[in-house]
Amino acid sequence: MTPFNINKIRSEFPILSEKAHGKPLVYFDNAATSQKPKVVIDALVDYYSSYNANIHRGVHFLSQKASAAFDEVREKVKTFINAKSEREIIFVRGTTEAINLVASTYGRKNIVQGDEILISAMEHHSNIVPWQMLCEEKGAILKVIPMNEKGELLMEQLPALLTDKTKFVSVVHISNSLGTMNPVKEIIRQAHAKGIPVLVDGAQSTAHELIDVQDLDADFFTFSGHKILGPTGVGCLYGKLHLLEAMPPYHGGGEMISSVSFEKTTYNEVPFKFEAGTPNIADVIVLGTAIDYWNQLDRKAAAAWEKELLNYANKLISEIPAVRLIGTAENKASVVSFVIDGVNALDAGMFLDTKGIAVRTGHHCTEPVMQFFKIPGTLRASFMFYNTKEEVEALAENLTKAIALLQPHSVA
Amino acid sequence: MSSMNQIEEEIISDFELFDSWEEKYHYIIELGQKLAPLDEKYKIDEYKIKGCQSSVWLNGEERNGKIYFSADSDSTFVKGEIALLMMVLSGQTPESILDAKLEFIDALGLRQHIAVTRANGLSAMIKQMKTYALAISSASK
Repeated sequence: MTPFNINKIRSEFPILSEKAHGKPLVYFDNAATSQKPKVVIDALVDYYSSYNANIHRGVHFLSQKASAAFDEVREKVKTFINAKSEREIIFVRGTTEAINLVASTYGRKNIVQGDEILISAMEHHSNIVPWQMLCEEKGAILKVIPMNEKGELLMEQLPALLTDKTKFVSVVHISNSLGTMNPVKEIIRQAHAKGIPVLVDGAQSTAHELIDVQDLDADFFTFSGHKILGPTGVGCLYGKLHLLEAMPPYHGGGEMISSVSFEKTTYNEVPFKFEAGTPNIADVIVLGTAIDYWNQLDRKAAAAWEKELLNYANKLISEIPAVRLIGTAENKASVVSFVIDGVNALDAGMFLDTKGIAVRTGHHCTEPVMQFFKIPGTLRASFMFYNTKEEVEALAENLTKAIALLQPHSVA
Repeated sequence: MSSMNQIEEEIISDFELFDSWEEKYHYIIELGQKLAPLDEKYKIDEYKIKGCQSSVWLNGEERNGKIYFSADSDSTFVKGEIALLMMVLSGQTPESILDAKLEFIDALGLRQHIAVTRANGLSAMIKQMKTYALAISSASK
């Protein structure tokens, strides 16, 4: 039974009726990037066709139209993640830049030698490396919340990891390589009890969960536009206003200043203080269109459908002999990561590609996760509400064929 | 041993029989599965070319003025790619290996299916084969 009109939804995404190598495209690389509905694609063309202009400067018609469209998106994002004020929304290139911004401003200002920064065992490299760079610069120490064999954080170890020296916590909401949904609200509660601020990496969660930064009580929250049906090159950093106001600027330039002389520059107020230079006007505006799309979607039904796809994929794929699922947390988003005994993930991924099926292979920018499971990489299928059970069946059938071809004993 | 150009031409004409990426994939997998095993003693870091998604172990030996390669990889497809390179380069003189342009790779129409990381892997294998040729030709002078 289909809880919502999947055919209608699919018809809204032009790429889903494309072919790959002459076969109907099956797109299961949604954790890497989502596909875009036609309204989003059209909005980008519309901006460049009818009101492209630089913003916040021009007195002319086009600039005022573009400025209004741009400014409106900050309000949309505020509502989308339930921030208190639109001033808490900073436009960035994506999650990676957002985390780097916090590490370079909040981190540089507040972290000193001997301090500890706590992350988790399942972070994407983008939530490891900026903190390592900061630790190296300051002589601080990076600590890690460990996980179990199912890919769940060992929460019982958290109280001991939140020490007097812990000055910042940065954790992923949903793991991109395992699909684990982390109990970030509880992590934040425990950290706040000790006065420690928390950043939540929402790169994977924003497309699958209703985000409420006030309910989470997150100090910082980040997401990327391209993973939530929007364009590449745009994302958001949410930060509590009092934290953002106390932070030094990130980049220097136009827009971020209040006044400039050769003796002294005073900075603009939040959020403009963090948005030096001409922003990514087109993509910010189109991110707004993507948010409009989410707002008209029945998100409960979409989430229920994704859960159904996940369960179905788990069942079909785990029934295949030689397959071992990596990441079997109780709370999981629509990601199935697995290895196949005797079959190289790259070879199997390329086999699926010849059948028009797009999956991801490799370490998924989470090498420490692969080291934990003692594997070089996995095959990962990640689902979005526009995927179908027939596509899941095609994946399972073709995996069986790939194994028959590639397992060593099949050599004649 | 035929000249490298002749071998490259033969490979190109073999590939012309294939209509689709799927057929090319199967052919390369078959080549990979048939590749003669590499002596275990070479499967150490000294002989390893590390790629983003696969590893290759490669050895080159000189016999009667010609270089013979043997190799292995954790990916069967990559082994197939090595097998293609070995068809052309193995058993050639160091000088001709160093001069080899290997234009057949482009003619096979594989690059469009091999993401940059893997295309780079192929470049790393070619570079390593040429390094053997250079080392052996310098040693014999």
